[in-house]
Amino acid sequence: MVIEALIKIAIILFVVLTAVSYTVLLERWISAWVQDRIGPNRVGPLGLLQPLADVLKLLLKEDIEPRQAQKWFHWVAPVISITVAFTVLSVVPFGNTLTLGTNTIPLTIASGINIGVLFIVALASLGVYGITLAGWSSGSKYSLLGGLRSSAQMISYELTLGLGLLSVVMLSGSLDLNTIIHSQANGLWNIVRAPIGFLLFFVSSFAETNRLPFDLPEAEPELVGGYHTEYSSMKFALFFLAEYANIITASAVITVLFLGGWHLPFVSALGLSPLVLTIVGVLAFALKVLGLLFIFIWVRWSIPRFRYDQLMNLGWKVLLPLGIVNIVWSAFEKMYLMQ
Amino acid sequence: MAYTTKYNNPAVQRKLTLWEKLYLPEIVRGLLTTFKHLFRPKFTRQYPEERWDPPASFRGRPVLVQEENGVERCVACGLCSRVCPPLAIEVRASETELLKERYPVVFEINMLRCIFCGYCEEVCPEEAIVMSKEYELSFRDPSEGIFGKDKLLVPKAQVQDRLDYLAKMRN
Repeated sequence: MVIEALIKIAIILFVVLTAVSYTVLLERWISAWVQDRIGPNRVGPLGLLQPLADVLKLLLKEDIEPRQAQKWFHWVAPVISITVAFTVLSVVPFGNTLTLGTNTIPLTIASGINIGVLFIVALASLGVYGITLAGWSSGSKYSLLGGLRSSAQMISYELTLGLGLLSVVMLSGSLDLNTIIHSQANGLWNIVRAPIGFLLFFVSSFAETNRLPFDLPEAEPELVGGYHTEYSSMKFALFFLAEYANIITASAVITVLFLGGWHLPFVSALGLSPLVLTIVGVLAFALKVLGLLFIFIWVRWSIPRFRYDQLMNLGWKVLLPLGIVNIVWSAFEKMYLMQ
Repeated sequence: MAYTTKYNNPAVQRKLTLWEKLYLPEIVRGLLTTFKHLFRPKFTRQYPEERWDPPASFRGRPVLVQEENGVERCVACGLCSRVCPPLAIEVRASETELLKERYPVVFEINMLRCIFCGYCEEVCPEEAIVMSKEYELSFRDPSEGIFGKDKLLVPKAQVQDRLDYLAKMRN
């Protein structure tokens, strides 16, 4: 069991770290295409080795620690960020069970956990500590403002996130991610069954991952770099990595909760062998995540940043009431339509 | 707000329709716009491989015109040096047996000073100094930036474009 888990952790870490660096490349490409440019194409064929060059550059930079910084917290903040970003992935089922000989291996790192949804929400709210600590411990006003904005934003949007999630939990009747996926197996994904819930969850995911249009914690024009202004070298790279890891995590979670996880409609009717079916499932999962990543990036390069008061207005006056309406709707749906 | 802009002035501000106030449709519209741009032709020029060919009106680095017989047109009158705003040109004249009687022994342009204004070309009575199409100038050392006759002299055929252009614009 332990060895199995370790192998899965190693594979997932490797895949996700690679995916993170290539998400950065994807971001740069899409930003270029949206602006009628070509984008990175110099390092390696089609610029595919660009992430390697980026990482090397960051590794070779000098690590500067401001004199007024709180050393310990300044050091630990990026570690918290990255840890939280990756830990969420431990409960995400990225495929059906894999049968090798007599062993049946569930394709989740922490497969026994039956409160996956709760785990994700709990960790998502831990993520704010990394950013807030970074802002406070840097001893710089820009960082502090970024950190404060981040905590305010997280509190406002976590509610919406929870309310959007609640409709999924109500419809599936479980906090277990596998059960939630299986409840969507008939092709009726939760995005269809709970469209408002999806919208709420999706919008607050943008806020949770500090992506535009909600990237106020690092609003460059007004806060220099926000919470990571005083970071450099590998510590900055960790924040950078955490940001993109968060996007991937959020995409994976949305895929599981709303897009049917590894399920593809009509595939089960083809009569494929279980092994092939599992592989197709994993690929379908990856494809859905990739699609969501594209949307995350696409939105970033289309929509300008919200002003702080607009952000709060949207969170408390629009999304929160909508969330409550959504709960009522889901209850109605569960009681009358799904019978 | 302390002052009024067109964004907060109710007299100028347009009332949003209900559809626009719903916000999401407008977001989708914006997204579609950027999506269209994903497939537009790109404007980027892949510079070192793909170079820009400037038109005749382009003012690149100034060069001295060399006639077919290998002699420069310049008669070392020194007007260019005189008119040059950043004092980048140095001319030292001497006599010659040729019909033009005078020629520059030394003709130096400090390309670190040159501002590509084209005054030297404009003032030149002989059309001996013209602006070329060369725009790639880089040096490892400040001393490399001083171009002598060896670098400045360019066969007439190479700058024929510019000479035609000047002839055309003069009328």
